[in-house]
Amino acid sequence: MIERKELTKRFGVIDPLSIEDYINHDGYEMLKQAITMTPEAIREEVRLSRITGRGGAGFPTAIKMNSFAAEKGEKFIVCNADEGEPGNFKDRYLMEQDPHQIIEGMLISALATGATYGYIYIRGEYRKAIAIMKEAVTEARLYNMLGTHILGSSFTFDIEVRRGAGAYVCGEEFALIESLEGKAGRTRVKPPYPAQRGMFQHPTLINNVETFCNLPFILRIGGAEYAKIGSEYASGTKLISLSGNVRNKGLYEVPYGRTIREVIETLGGGTNTGRPIKMVQLGGACGAIIPDELLDMDIDNERFEMFDSKMGAGAIIVIDDSHDLFDIILRNMEFFAHESCGKCTPCREGHIQLVRLVRKFVDRVATMDDYISLKSLADVIHETTLCGLGQTSPTSILSTMEFFHEDYLDRIQNNKEVRP
Amino acid sequence: MIHCRINNIDVVAEEGTTILEAARKFNINIPTLCHYPDLHINSDCRICVVEIDGWRGLKTSCSTPIKDGMVIKTNSPKVLNARKTITELILSNHDANCTACVRNMSCELQGLAKLLGIDENRFENVLERRPLDLLNPSLARNPNRCIKCGRCVDVCASVQGMHVLERMGRGHNMDIAPAFFQPLDDTFCTFCGQCANVCPVGAITERDNTDQVWTKLHDPTKHVLVQIAPAVRVSIGEEVGYKKGLISNGKLVSAMKHLGFNHVYDTNFTADLTIMEEGTELIHRIQTGGVLPLMTSCCPGWINMAEQEYPEVLPHISSCKSPQQMFGALAKTYYADKIGMDPDDIFVVSVMPCTAKKYEATREEFKADGRNSDVDVVITTRELGKMFRQMGIDFDKIEEQDFDNPFGITTGAAALFGATGGVTEAALRTVYEIVNNKPLEDIVFKDVRGLKGIKEATVELGGQPIKVAVSHSLANARELMEDVVAGTSPYTFIEIMACPGGCIGGGGQPYGTDNKMREERIESTYIVDGNMVYRKSHDNPSIQALYKEYLEKPNSHLAHELLHTTYAARNL
Repeated sequence: MIERKELTKRFGVIDPLSIEDYINHDGYEMLKQAITMTPEAIREEVRLSRITGRGGAGFPTAIKMNSFAAEKGEKFIVCNADEGEPGNFKDRYLMEQDPHQIIEGMLISALATGATYGYIYIRGEYRKAIAIMKEAVTEARLYNMLGTHILGSSFTFDIEVRRGAGAYVCGEEFALIESLEGKAGRTRVKPPYPAQRGMFQHPTLINNVETFCNLPFILRIGGAEYAKIGSEYASGTKLISLSGNVRNKGLYEVPYGRTIREVIETLGGGTNTGRPIKMVQLGGACGAIIPDELLDMDIDNERFEMFDSKMGAGAIIVIDDSHDLFDIILRNMEFFAHESCGKCTPCREGHIQLVRLVRKFVDRVATMDDYISLKSLADVIHETTLCGLGQTSPTSILSTMEFFHEDYLDRIQNNKEVRP
Repeated sequence: MIHCRINNIDVVAEEGTTILEAARKFNINIPTLCHYPDLHINSDCRICVVEIDGWRGLKTSCSTPIKDGMVIKTNSPKVLNARKTITELILSNHDANCTACVRNMSCELQGLAKLLGIDENRFENVLERRPLDLLNPSLARNPNRCIKCGRCVDVCASVQGMHVLERMGRGHNMDIAPAFFQPLDDTFCTFCGQCANVCPVGAITERDNTDQVWTKLHDPTKHVLVQIAPAVRVSIGEEVGYKKGLISNGKLVSAMKHLGFNHVYDTNFTADLTIMEEGTELIHRIQTGGVLPLMTSCCPGWINMAEQEYPEVLPHISSCKSPQQMFGALAKTYYADKIGMDPDDIFVVSVMPCTAKKYEATREEFKADGRNSDVDVVITTRELGKMFRQMGIDFDKIEEQDFDNPFGITTGAAALFGATGGVTEAALRTVYEIVNNKPLEDIVFKDVRGLKGIKEATVELGGQPIKVAVSHSLANARELMEDVVAGTSPYTFIEIMACPGGCIGGGGQPYGTDNKMREERIESTYIVDGNMVYRKSHDNPSIQALYKEYLEKPNSHLAHELLHTTYAARNL
């Protein structure tokens, strides 16, 4: 068995709109347990678990939680459900199939850190998920899982569901916070980080949906036990959004340590066209594109550091050899040019130039100078932009320059304008 | 203290110091573009990036605090390449027709491109031309030159509390503009011009009226007068690069004559007149239970704000015209009579530190002769500097001349108008002596001086302590307005200036104005005051003569006709 269903174990088993169903399947048990624990004890379990953020950047959750817990005053918890990265749909499943698991995770986080109010910021297009989460929050209030004196304790916490307005960049934590404040989604300069000064200048703990969903699981089996799942590089399970030229597209939960090839071959059933795999894009539009030879790598962030990338939020997009590499990159760059918020220079002005340069490769009119400009510009955007959008957007260019170098050279050598 | 290394130099600075600040402290220059003293750090341009050993990516030095043991390189090949690339990107979406730009040779982007040695741009120019906003008399907005540094957005929002300019749209199509791309005159914009003052390029500038002035100076049928505002003389030296401190009034008058003005006058004269009229109005309101607090009216940016946003407070505002408009009204009536000229042939130019004054001069109510605008053209300190440069005036060599009569004698009190608190101090010097009927021993009111946002003082008038408040920058004005609107203001008199520091920090002042320069100009203002023979407006013999031979007494019927005005709520 490659799969290990922990976060997805209730999928298809319970009625997502029934809190009773959730409660009958271990639901809110860990909230009850957490209420009896000290905040420090909860955070210690999180630390022992070695869990890292599931939104894509892979930052250790315990470090973020501890620095947030140390802050004083009114504090907020934000659940980042603005899943906008192309190829990712895990948060949508989590919200549509098991909404109370998210609420329970947020409640445990609040108990561990002293926050009193939470927001779930959901991608605007996810109408069904929004309706379900709203319903779940309302029901949780009726059952006294939210509100004052939760389950008869002195613990107070409530949640508001907010809908995004369609900007990809609002998945970036500060752009999301600006959007929650009612402003245009444009990031802020760091430091200070959200855990110090976030929403309305209050300390704000912002985590991905999947990260919150892991908290009841960590408490259930204990941090130390959780740490044993996965590999030496990453612990726990990961939700994988598998799509592209693959037979069994869909969502899979696998422990870290499994290889990309296992997911594609065993779970995905290979390509749906019968053609060979040309490349696989990992994480989404902002992720690396790797060739078939690298598919035996583990699904974890640390391994990807070697090409300065991340596994991201867990998308695996399989692309067979009927597709042109440069077409794929062009689509990616057009996406980022459209989604850049426009605040910082390299992102605002850089992406449109990347589009122009990549289009030359698509049109087979690129020269070596264009290659050099493309490399230099992709590097500068990656190194100097203000937020994660531009820091990761050139990854498909930089990774393919490394792994598909011949494709670039081939286009330059077969420049249709230069040939007689 | 934090110890780190920047370019092989050991640097020690306090915790919380940014890399940029630490570097500057040790004379290491890191180029910047969106950074501006006294404004927020927004780190948008990314020009100031540096390399930090062991850190991923390049970091902006303006926003990254130094840490113990940090090893920083400000000029590595990687850093230089990034800076150059970013500058090329800015230029790829910029109307870089430099010789056709008012900021040619004073443009920060041009300076940066030169510094980084950009001789060609690898990136194609992708500028999509947008229409200019030339619909108001004060400010011109050229979005094709905008580099989206965000300085104007910050100054408009956080210093002025106006939020007129915002980032609109996204990605490559982001523009900095008023909401829904409305022209400035359809917004709450007060025309204060702080945006133009901080703009690093020529995207927001004053409407240039120098050609109009040149034309009239060479029109033999016109008698061309000029008035110079108090705040201009403490900054014009910076504008023309005069190295020996303050340019004296004498040299300034002489230079204006060289430009071709028939007569050169001093707005300080009508500043003294303002004190007589406004002081009398204040005394009258106190003694007859009139509407208090009385608020000053000399700042057109503030008047715009009040008419647009605070119609409730209009009865509080002094009915006195601003010194500029008092001068214009007298020039086209009293002065025209005196020299026997048709007001149609008199052309009044004023030199102001201010862009809102351009708008003020066009207001319909300011036509004392019933036909002509009292002030025909307003130019800013920067435009005057341009005219001096065009004329090739050498302030080292130029001789000294006196201001012309009949408005030649002015006081130190009038000179104070340029600095925040100055109108209050000038008014108190006069009102105190008139009400208390005894000489004021210490004429310096320290409490109302300086750059604190809202200042307070208490003065004994007729045995009663009265409280006065002074605010500069419109965000501070807003704070005071809450109480005034609610009817709970504890003050009897409030001075409001739209610009930080008062007129010396006006939107028409030399580029690069920061708090340090404001302090220097304020200091110069007090030096000018100290050097004057007369320090109180009511002691001015020319003012006394004007009342005696023409106006009769302050707030007389004729004074009301010429020197006072009314306000009306303006709906957008």
